[in-house]
Amino acid sequence: MSTAPQIGLPLDRVDGHAKVTGAARYSAEYTPPGTAYAVLVCAPIASGRVTAVDAGEALSVTGVLAVLSHLDMPRIAVRPNLVPSLAGAAAHGQSFFPMQDDRVHYAGQPVAMVVADTLERAGHAAELVRVDYAEEPPVVTIEDGRDRAYEPERIFGGFVPGRTEYGDAASALAEAEVRIDGAFHLAPNHHNPIEPSATTAVWEDSHLTLYDATQGPTATRLTVAELLGVPPSQVRVVSEAVGGSFGCKAMIWHHPALAAFAAQYVRAPVRLSLTREQMFHSCGHREEQEHTLELGATRDGVLTAIRHRKLSPTSHFDDWAEPSVGPSGRMYACPNFQGVYNLFRADTMTPTFMRAPGEASGMFVLETAMDELAYRVGADPLELRLRNYAETEPGTGRPWSGKGLRECYARGAELFGWAGRDPEPGIRRDGNQLVGTGMATAFYPVYGAMNPQRARARLHADGRAVVETGCSDFGTGVGTVMRQVAADALGLSAESVEVRYGDTDLPNTVAAVGSAGSGAVSAAVHAAGTALRDRLIAQAVADERSPLHGADPAGVRVGGGRMFLADRPDTGEDYTDLLRRAMAFDVEALGEWNPPGPQGEYGTGTFGAQFAEVGVDPDLGLVRVRRMTGVFAPGRVLNRKTARSQLMGGMLWGIGQALLEATHVEPGRGRWANASMADYLLPVNADAPDVQVETVEVEDRAAPLGVKGVGEIGLVGAAAAIANAVFHATGRRFRDLPITVEAVLAAE
Amino acid sequence: MRPFAYTRAADVAAAVAEVGSDPGSEYLAGGTTEVDMLRIGVARPRRVVDINDLPISGIEELPGGGVRLGGLARMSDAAAHPAVRGRFPVLAQALEKGASAQLRNMASMGGNLMQRVRCAYFRDGGAACNKRAPGSGCAALGGVDRGHAVLGTSEHCIATHPSDAAVALTALDATVHLRGRAGERSIALDDFFLLPGDTPEREHPIEHGELITAIEIPASEEARTSHYLKVRDRESYEFALASAAVALLVEDGRVARVRIGLGGVATKPWRARRAEAALAGAPAERASYERAAAEELAAAVPRRMNAFKIELARRTMVRALETTASLGARGGTG
Repeated sequence: MSTAPQIGLPLDRVDGHAKVTGAARYSAEYTPPGTAYAVLVCAPIASGRVTAVDAGEALSVTGVLAVLSHLDMPRIAVRPNLVPSLAGAAAHGQSFFPMQDDRVHYAGQPVAMVVADTLERAGHAAELVRVDYAEEPPVVTIEDGRDRAYEPERIFGGFVPGRTEYGDAASALAEAEVRIDGAFHLAPNHHNPIEPSATTAVWEDSHLTLYDATQGPTATRLTVAELLGVPPSQVRVVSEAVGGSFGCKAMIWHHPALAAFAAQYVRAPVRLSLTREQMFHSCGHREEQEHTLELGATRDGVLTAIRHRKLSPTSHFDDWAEPSVGPSGRMYACPNFQGVYNLFRADTMTPTFMRAPGEASGMFVLETAMDELAYRVGADPLELRLRNYAETEPGTGRPWSGKGLRECYARGAELFGWAGRDPEPGIRRDGNQLVGTGMATAFYPVYGAMNPQRARARLHADGRAVVETGCSDFGTGVGTVMRQVAADALGLSAESVEVRYGDTDLPNTVAAVGSAGSGAVSAAVHAAGTALRDRLIAQAVADERSPLHGADPAGVRVGGGRMFLADRPDTGEDYTDLLRRAMAFDVEALGEWNPPGPQGEYGTGTFGAQFAEVGVDPDLGLVRVRRMTGVFAPGRVLNRKTARSQLMGGMLWGIGQALLEATHVEPGRGRWANASMADYLLPVNADAPDVQVETVEVEDRAAPLGVKGVGEIGLVGAAAAIANAVFHATGRRFRDLPITVEAVLAAE
Repeated sequence: MRPFAYTRAADVAAAVAEVGSDPGSEYLAGGTTEVDMLRIGVARPRRVVDINDLPISGIEELPGGGVRLGGLARMSDAAAHPAVRGRFPVLAQALEKGASAQLRNMASMGGNLMQRVRCAYFRDGGAACNKRAPGSGCAALGGVDRGHAVLGTSEHCIATHPSDAAVALTALDATVHLRGRAGERSIALDDFFLLPGDTPEREHPIEHGELITAIEIPASEEARTSHYLKVRDRESYEFALASAAVALLVEDGRVARVRIGLGGVATKPWRARRAEAALAGAPAERASYERAAAEELAAAVPRRMNAFKIELARRTMVRALETTASLGARGGTG
């Protein structure tokens, strides 16, 4: 009679078949007739001025339509201002737009753009554009800029204060029985999604359509409209299939507006695809960072103080740092905390969100220090965390809206086989390898949308439904959970629900960022589905020919494509009967979810526990991860399959963070020296060990539908668990990431 | 991409005539390096001549136990051949630890020897590079040089030779067979690669248009107990930080015959002749291996970020010798 609930089931992805067969269309695969191709010319210097642009030779290449530089590029309508896309407004990646003047602020800044009839010709002509520069010595690395440090008022696009304190950390540290002090260095990182960013821009009269790879179609619309000075209503953004992002498509960078300018200039559709190399200097990165962390504790390892400071480079335009010290003030029951950011102005673009921005780095630092504290006081690392377990939110004392960390620790320890671990480092051998295990806590904030989230649901007379929202699915699986949530709201099977997304012509939802995308979209879809259901029930109880005529709508349930009385399930009718009788082709409803705003009464967060086993070949400097276990409490799980994939992907990313990922700056030039997938190392399949992933579902009183998100938490703590396992294996403590072969060799 | 002409050669003589007579023409075999070079504008031929139709892709067993690999034999085919696996396990292992399965299916053995260096400055048209633009300088000196060489370098070039297979082939005393406009000739593998010296643009002692038709590997008893150890940042699809190809015959507890190649640390596939000399007749034990490795690396020159590779190369050689010695008198690959 009724349909089994779909929410939570491990449903296959709605976009899976299209993606693995190549049928899915990405933004660089829309090719309207007459499409021209733009290629960027980027500055090889990090600081200075463009003194001359000679496009003569480039313009002589057959098929070249235009060469634009600061001399002839249209001027932007407003000066961009960085606001995180979660706010739902225009979301400029940095408060700067290129080719408006002759100044070069960072290596890779676009200085010219060539448009031609084919990509190959545009690329060839781009090589022939001669740009002369007056180069100035750049400041790029912490080594270069340490002396220029300042304490910013706010960071992270204004979302986070530059300093956070409660209690008196300085005094508590001075009086602490046990002190752990550590200095940490983390190399810059780049996102490297499989699909490089691309935009195809098409003008029809005064209306612009952008096929854009983005985490937020509306964010692209508002940002480009602002830069071009056109009404947002005249800008449509289509972004259905997006090949990953990890944050590099969370903000709107220059290429969509440049494509639109180029299309306007040559009066033809224009595609601008970034090359893999350009992806390293066109859409932000995780900044180089230096941390100092001081823990004060009792002899039993009970924390009395945490002081966490971070130094990192930012651009000339924005006070950006990922909020790495935040988790240290919210993780453990500790009465005294101080967290401070220091920045210096560097010849770099503005860094940006990268998966678990702040948490991935900050929790590596905190959880490495906690491991050290456990050894210092002779406590098991997991037991030490329990001694400092925060029953309420540190600093505020508010109750958690939902936590579940204790359950994660317990289940993770059980799955991994943590109990009975011999803490002695450096004594387990397996052939040439030293073997060790480590653990760490995972924490990720709960972010919420700030404006109304909308979806539309429509039921056709044949009993099939369509549910629509504007959001894009950049690999998270949000389209699949839309289907599940709508099916449950309407009482339909999942197969009866079709989903459409990735288009600003559809009802607006915010950019899928901050692990909040599926929660926000689900809440909107749920609202639309239940609004449509209520409408159908209202129609039935008002219809004299319906078996439900005159019934109390509150007593009507839906399931199996049918409406029926809760207390007499055999009294009811199919949706299709109601619609046919009314001679209605379809019925539709708009659903709107209004986020409640900051939840004053609760502390919020997503928590988890990470465990890792490593083998270290100390003679050859090799660290290899042998197995990982992660247990997380992300609230309600909408789809066990896609959630598991997200969490596992995060954990495997942790291998890269711990052991491989680093972008190097070329000394004296300020350029990225390894801007390719061959030279920027990510883990490959052969590096991926056995990974166990589980979730514990703990009710959350604040999140929409109880959903807290799984996009980022899987990464947090993974690198610390690995580094702590390396300590257990070798007896050597590593505080710099990545842990390279040469670092292991030097630590002997 | 710069425009260029594309033709397909039907036979070896025609291919050699076409490319040999035109300094602006280049061969295209598997294309796994060449196409990258074309895309980034480092290779700038007027014409590429596709040689994939030429009948030089076979793998033959030679009388006496050697093997002849056609210049166009694919890496994956060479690695899978039973004679290679049984008689020259070090080569099968080196091949399978190179690149990725997809690249090995495309890349040819001749192309493997001719592949260009991975130095980021060589591949960046905006950087100084004596190999790409003779006389322009070397941006790797003082630059990001973590992957660069410590052996065989000069003040003009410190780029590492990237091949794994060539390291095994140098330890196996392979011979490169060439066909040029002047006819056929052969060169010992170790002589096929030039040190950069003050002419880093010249990588091989061959004329423009000379084509590798085959690589011959002579039989030897020690090759049957041979092993390739590759140390790299990740487990697959990555170049060596250090590697060692070792063929070793131990008799009565002493080193009877040994041949060693080093990879990832030198400007050419490095034949470790000093280490071999130090090991001749020495007790087959760790102390001998360490002494020999130290001897070989004594001439190494560290740079800004790559000093660790000297110690790593020593240890890699020692570990490879130990592993090979433990294989016993007869061994093979799978």
